[in-house]
Parts: sequence; C-alpha cells; structure tokens
Amino acid sequence: MDVVSNIVEKSLRDAEKSITVHKHLDLQYDLGTLLAVDTNSLDLKSLRDNRNEYLLNLSRDNVQLLLNKIWELPTQQIDETLVVKLPPAKFVLPRARPVPKPKPLTKWEQFAKLKGIKKTKKAKLSWDEQLNKWVPLYGYKRAAAERERDWVLEVPATADPMEDQFLRKKTGRVEKVAKNELQRLRNIAKARNIKIPRVGVTHPDVSSSKDLQTSITVARSATASLGKFQDKLPKEKEARGVNELVPGSNRKRKLPAVSNEQERDHNLQIIDSVLSKRPKINIEKAMARQIHSKPVEQSEENSRSKPNTHGKRKNLKQKGKKPASNNNKVQKKGKKGGGRKRR
Amino acid sequence: MSVQRVVKPTTRKGKRVLEGREAEVIEGPKQALIFHGRRGSDTIRSLLKDIYSLKKPDAKLLSRKNDITVFENYAPLEDLCRKHETPLFVMGSHSKKRPDNLVIGRMYNYSLLDMVELGIDAFESLHDFVGSKIVIGTKPCLIFNGPVWEENDNFRHLKSIFIDLFNREHVDGIRLQGLEHTLSFTATPDGKVLLRSYKVLLKKSGCRTPRIELDEMGPRIDFSFRRSKLSSEDLMKEACKKHKVLKVTKKKNVSRDGLGSLHGRIHVGKQNIQSIQTRKMKGLKKTTDERKSEKLRKRPFIIEANSESVNNKRIRVE
Repeated sequence: MDVVSNIVEKSLRDAEKSITVHKHLDLQYDLGTLLAVDTNSLDLKSLRDNRNEYLLNLSRDNVQLLLNKIWELPTQQIDETLVVKLPPAKFVLPRARPVPKPKPLTKWEQFAKLKGIKKTKKAKLSWDEQLNKWVPLYGYKRAAAERERDWVLEVPATADPMEDQFLRKKTGRVEKVAKNELQRLRNIAKARNIKIPRVGVTHPDVSSSKDLQTSITVARSATASLGKFQDKLPKEKEARGVNELVPGSNRKRKLPAVSNEQERDHNLQIIDSVLSKRPKINIEKAMARQIHSKPVEQSEENSRSKPNTHGKRKNLKQKGKKPASNNNKVQKKGKKGGGRKRR
Repeated sequence: MSVQRVVKPTTRKGKRVLEGREAEVIEGPKQALIFHGRRGSDTIRSLLKDIYSLKKPDAKLLSRKNDITVFENYAPLEDLCRKHETPLFVMGSHSKKRPDNLVIGRMYNYSLLDMVELGIDAFESLHDFVGSKIVIGTKPCLIFNGPVWEENDNFRHLKSIFIDLFNREHVDGIRLQGLEHTLSFTATPDGKVLLRSYKVLLKKSGCRTPRIELDEMGPRIDFSFRRSKLSSEDLMKEACKKHKVLKVTKKKNVSRDGLGSLHGRIHVGKQNIQSIQTRKMKGLKKTTDERKSEKLRKRPFIIEANSESVNNKRIRVE
C-alpha cells in the first residue's frame, strides 16, 4: 500500500511540475511582441461559476506555452544574466507618424553632388600673418581682427577714386547675406512646392542668363505693336513662362474655317446626343423595390429549384437587353449610347 | 534686413525640440495620455491611475477635467494629443447614460485613427491585491483568450489597441528573469472583455524550461463593449507602412547551409588571358625564331589559300 501511495503522490507532483500543456488548436505566437493568441473556445460553465480561478488556469497554460517557445530561442550570457534574443515582431501596429521622406536637396547640394564636391571642415582658428596672432573663423574676435587689419583700404584702379571703399565693403557684405537668405527661401519654396511671386529684374551680379532672357522678352513687347516688328538675334529663343507679363500672348488665335460638311456632321452629332437621352434609373432603388414587392414569389421560386433562380439572377444582371419578364424591366446605370450625362 | 525670415529655432534647445518632433524611421514606445472627461467616478479615477501605473514611463496622467465627448466631437481630443505629443489616449468619464466609461484610442499623424468605448462592469484596483508588484517598465507577456478576438472586427481592432497600449518598445533581447508580468485579455462570446494582470513566478520543473505559476497582481477589470469608431482600411494601411530601410529585400545567390555558414554564387566575366599584361622579364622574352613562327601562325589562312606561291617565294628568299 505504501508503495502505491508513494507512486500516486509522485505522479501527482510530476503533473504539478510539468511544463507540457495540451490544446485543441495551437496558439498563434508572436515572440517579438511576447504575444500569444488562444483561439480555443472557452469553457463557459466554469467561466460563469468560478471565473477568476478558470481565467488564472487558462492564462497560466498559455503563458507556459509562450515561455516554452521563448526558452527555446538562442540565449546569450551578458553580465551574469541570461539574455534571450527575440525575433522581429510580426504583429503589425500602426505608426504614430508617417514614414519620413528624404529631405530634398538644396540647389547647391544638388550641384555639389553632381560635381562631386565634398564639404571640408575649416579650422576654427587660423594664423594671421599681418597681425601675428590666431584669428577665429567667426565671431566678435574675428570682426575685431578684421577691423584692426583693414584700417586702410586700397582703391582699385578701375574704381571711382571718390567712392568710399569702407562703405562699399559693408554694403557688399549686407548684399551677400540678403542673397543667401533669398536662396534659402527659394530652396524652402522649392522643397514645399510653393509658387513664389516674381522678384523682377534683380541685380546683374545675382541674376542668371535665364533672367536676362526674360527681361529681354518682356521689354521687347513694350511697343505699340506689342513687339511684332522688333528685330531678333539669329538664334534667339523666347523666354517661357512669361505669358502674364507679355501683353497679347494669351489671346487665342482664330480657328480656321470649317468646311460645310464637317459643320453639318458636328451639329448632327449634337442633336443625336440630345435625342438619344433616356430617363435615368436608380438601379439600387429599383432592385430594392422589385425585391420588396415580390418577396413571396421569389421565396417560392427559390424553394422550387436552385438553377432556376440562378437563371433569374442572370436575367436581372443583363437588364435592359432582354427583360425576362415585365416585372424585371430594370435598366443599367451605365447605359450604352452616346448620351451626355444628365445633371 | 529687408527679407523676412522663415521661422527658425532661435535656441539650441528649441532646435532640439523641433527635431524631436520630426517623424522617425523606428519609433520608440508610444506615449499615452490618460485623462478624465467631464465627470469621473471613483472607479474611473482609480482605474486611470492603475492604467497609468501599468504604462508608467510612457504615459502622462492629467488630473483636471476636460470638457470632451470624443464620440460627438474629437477635434479637442486631437488638439490635446498634439499638445502632449501622445499618439495614444485613455479617457475616463462617467454619466447617467454611460456610467464608468472608458475610451481607448490612438492617433496617426495627430489625427484620430480609431477608438473603442468600454464600460466597466467590475473593477478591483492594484492596491486591493496583496503581494509584490512588478518593476516599472517591465515588458509584459500579452495573452488573448477566446475565439472572438479573431472573429469580430471590433474586437480585432480592440486587440490591436490593447497591444499598442501595453506592448512597450520592441527589444532585440530580453532577460529571461525579466519576464515577470502577464496581461491576459479574455473575450467572452457575449461581448465582454476580462482583463487580468498576473505576476509570473518561475518554478523549477526538472528541465531547462521552468514551470510557470501565476499570482494575480491586479488590476482586475471586466469590460463590456460599447461604441467604437474604427479606422478606414486605407488609413490603416497608410499608417502601417514600413520605411524602405526596414523592408527586408531578398539577396540573390546568397544562401546559408545547415551549419550556418554563408554561401554565395558570383558571376565572373570571361577573362582575356591572351592579351593580359604580365610581368616583363628577360627570361620570358620571345626569341626571334619564336616570333617568326608566331607570325607565320597568324597567317595560316593566306598560306593555305595560295600555298604554292608562298612556297615559291620562300624558295626565292632562301
């Protein structure tokens, strides 16, 4: 007796310790998100009677199954702890923000990429031979050093001797900053696909050949005959996209005269399209009314034979062409014939 | 300066904040905003606190009331979520018509993606359970029981929302001893959702895999499904898009064998060994005889064509 009870006790203990769980349907696992979905139907009776205990056991079994899978994954020893490597998550969750798009390149970046120009880092300090000291790349110390170095400025041979070279230098710098800002804005506008208003004729130092072409085209049209009799250079091209600036460019050309026959055909076509109009029928509404008015009949037909009902349906689909009976006279929405859409 | 500037961050910190708001390729854990509606009951208040403590480092709990009824007008909700930069929200409210009401939803690009409304039938707080709790930030095991999760469209969305809410950021590796929390969601056929939270105890089993025991930690919530506003399929598809970088593209001609070593098949174009330049050495230089014979070999065609005349020529030369 003692032996038997021992064995029974041991088997019970083993069952308590066991890590195997039996399920009718296998769970769906996503080890990356530590997720297990059990689609087995629930035991409703025990769910009603002792809900919490039942849920505890159910969850325990499912967690056991999930962790059995996780314990099978390859592990790694990091700082005296076992770390298991998880696979990527399978369950697809929506993002919080849209996928980032690559930033559009600025005009300079595009050019540099084309030419293979790489950015080189400039040193923060550079040795100034004149002042005999280290001068920073930018900042107030740089400005002070420049002021100290350029206490006198040479007047270039081509320049007006009475011009203030200090003022010229200052305005040149301001203009450079303004140009840079303009280019920055232009890049932003281009990246966001915004149309920016025309700047007009800019300083010749800043403007391109395209701008020059535009101003020539516009200026030429400023005569009484809208530039019709103005001379052109041999291979000169008109600037494009300046219609709004050139008067008369938007005026439509007169259409060539149409032959009698063509005109007649055209007019007949219009008359045909008007006369071929048929009343529009809301197909869904018509179908609903049809079904609603004959529910008994249809159900009888259904019970009689299946293929017969199929035939009926087919007839319904071919509406218009061959009405199966007078009741089924329903017209198709996208009817044939060249009628214009009724509004 | 004459040109008006486009808004640019003035400080370094401001710049960093603006950069942080930009969309990322791999997103971190979604932040949740937890707040009350117009009125809240005691149940709702402690429930929101419990959800906050489950979600903790990735959540914000607001203490004031908000005059928001999400199913009537969700514009103020979107503003609130935009302000707090949270793509998830949990709103608790209490009214005569819908007592103990909880709305859980999520945002995509600061606009509402989907949300579900749950009524609370029974609730026991985290504090009602004795026993030890888990460490903040533990990644839970998520268990979904019942066939309803797969059958019903509402429940499928609810499942996705629950996973989104409680699943923390994706990790490559996890400490085996760190698997200590389980959230179990059971959907019954009559439209109820039973949420149970357990602490996982790893017991010895005699083999490598431990025997699992669970200890209920709380909270214990019985939900009933109320209203829902699901996303359109197009929007969901758009929201689930992956970045090009993360998409796995198959590499051609590369394989791995059973031992894990990499095999590749490469195609090498035909090499022209005849005309290749090798090292020049005096010993390898062609002698005059060799050069002559090569020259002859190069014109066999002509020789065959009029062999007689060539022979004659040779004779003449000799």
